[in-house]
Amino acid sequence: MKSNWKYIIVALMLLVLIGIGYFSSRFVLYLAMKIMILSIFAMGYNILFGRTGLLSFGHAAFYATGAYGVALCSMHVHTHPLVGIMVGIAAAAFLALIIGFFCVRHTEIYFAMLTLAFGMMVFSLMWNLRDITGGDDGLSGIMRGSVSLGFLKISITKDSQFYFLVLFFFALSMLLVHRIYQSPFGLVLAGIRENHVRTEFAGLGVKRYRLAAFVVSGAFAGLAGALGLLLESNVTPFAAHWSHSANPVLVSLMGGLQTFSGPIVGSIVFVLLREFIERFTHNWMLWFGVILLAIILGFRGGIVGSTTQLVKRLSKVS
Amino acid sequence: MMESLVHVCLAGISAGMFIWLVASGLTLIFGVLRVLNFAHGSFYMLGAYLCYTCLKFLGIDFWLGVIVGPLAVCVVGYVMERYLLRQVYDLELPYQLLLTFAVVLIADELVKIIWGAGSIGSPTVPGLAGSVQIVGRNFPVYNIFIMVIGPLVALALWALLEKSWWGRIIRAAASDREMAAAIGVRVPSLYTGVFVFGAWLSALGGALAVPYVGLLTTGMGEAVIINAFVVVVIGGLGSLKGAFLGALFIGLLNSFGTRFIPALDMFLTFILMGVVLLWRPQGFFAGVDR
Repeated sequence: MKSNWKYIIVALMLLVLIGIGYFSSRFVLYLAMKIMILSIFAMGYNILFGRTGLLSFGHAAFYATGAYGVALCSMHVHTHPLVGIMVGIAAAAFLALIIGFFCVRHTEIYFAMLTLAFGMMVFSLMWNLRDITGGDDGLSGIMRGSVSLGFLKISITKDSQFYFLVLFFFALSMLLVHRIYQSPFGLVLAGIRENHVRTEFAGLGVKRYRLAAFVVSGAFAGLAGALGLLLESNVTPFAAHWSHSANPVLVSLMGGLQTFSGPIVGSIVFVLLREFIERFTHNWMLWFGVILLAIILGFRGGIVGSTTQLVKRLSKVS
Repeated sequence: MMESLVHVCLAGISAGMFIWLVASGLTLIFGVLRVLNFAHGSFYMLGAYLCYTCLKFLGIDFWLGVIVGPLAVCVVGYVMERYLLRQVYDLELPYQLLLTFAVVLIADELVKIIWGAGSIGSPTVPGLAGSVQIVGRNFPVYNIFIMVIGPLVALALWALLEKSWWGRIIRAAASDREMAAAIGVRVPSLYTGVFVFGAWLSALGGALAVPYVGLLTTGMGEAVIINAFVVVVIGGLGSLKGAFLGALFIGLLNSFGTRFIPALDMFLTFILMGVVLLWRPQGFFAGVDR
């Protein structure tokens, strides 16, 4: 009964998203794409944070790597978006492997500090290597080539066309993350979060699993970055800045940490809230901080967590 | 070449002293409260901006500004510990980190609102404005002053922690919170005190940096906190000796990097950090003096 509900909700959501793709104005399309891209970023991030219990402050580095990967690929190699996205994901995963190799040797405080420091290293590299990355101007004017699948050629130049590519990757990511959570691998990660000593004694290499979780979440961040670049058609080093790393953290917290739908719900609220707040003020980050503070001090289950608790309490009463 | 090397060294040492002032507060707070304060760089920045404001609008002396600015930051530190951090000591660690992170966002943005997002030119210090000749080149007197202040603060901290009654209490609370509480130490007040003191150290660094950096920017806190993180990773979290030597080392490394391989200046630091992590993951001085 319960799992049926979940499938119905997912199916409804996809239907709504497809409907948005066909009937909406450009602005709504743009917001929906932003939400889906942020969802991919946050779902991947939550494999590390919610699942494995490791708080990273450096995931923007992988997002930016994905974005720069696509940009550089389409400038120098090939404009095929799928090739670019693959390159972006591969680059982000590779970088996550290197950085993760150093970071997973520690947990908690050290881990947070190291990811922040390494993330800022990537930021400073992107800032300094002007010849490759364009320095503080970044790379701009990246065109979206058409997706050619041998005999079939699909144009994604228009936002209404590109939307379906984003939707495809969003659905794919949801499926993948769901599979990961159900798999033995995902269960080991939850075990590490709950008690890493016991997991170690059960004969599982905790460090290796942590590294794997790090790389997987880095790859998702890379995918999000790649799609983000194709959406905005430009990227600057600030995509790798630590304040951008805070986005998936806040999204996961807002939605609810140890839930599957948390990052998605969080992304919807985050993007809409940001859009709303930015109409009144330029200092969105200030409100971002205040919201984060409020969640930590009094609302730790996030939206999904709190709602589930409320539903449970109500169903007990009745 | 020789002169250039000497000057690169001197510049590195004086830059390292600012990192030391921030890293010392960070280390002290971590040692006692077991909280890693991401907002420590923001205290540094606030110290600098408040000191500048004192000079500019109250028209007071620079040295008075160095006293008033950090004291104002102490109030911020007090509010943060008493009303925010105290709520989350019992929670899981990510929440504590995220709380200090939220304070960073709020503080940085408030600074942008109050002082503007642009850079602010800072004044010179009466009495220490000139420069002296060292091996054939000019070197600012103020930087020499900083190179004296840093070790003095280190010495004072050492004396405070190792030789004074207060130091004994702080060390007791750091090594066993329950036991210290049982023998009558008022641990919550002590926590507040140590946090405020740590904030003051960082803000003092910021205030002293006003004439040194030349330009105040909203990114100054973030640059220094990342260096401080690298320092505590290398020196060992919780070790003041490690923080001092680490800060000196990172200052020198940055200085040499900027001089000889400008495109990769920050990169050097991180390579070093990677090497240390592989070789001695707990840092070089962890467990030596505490």
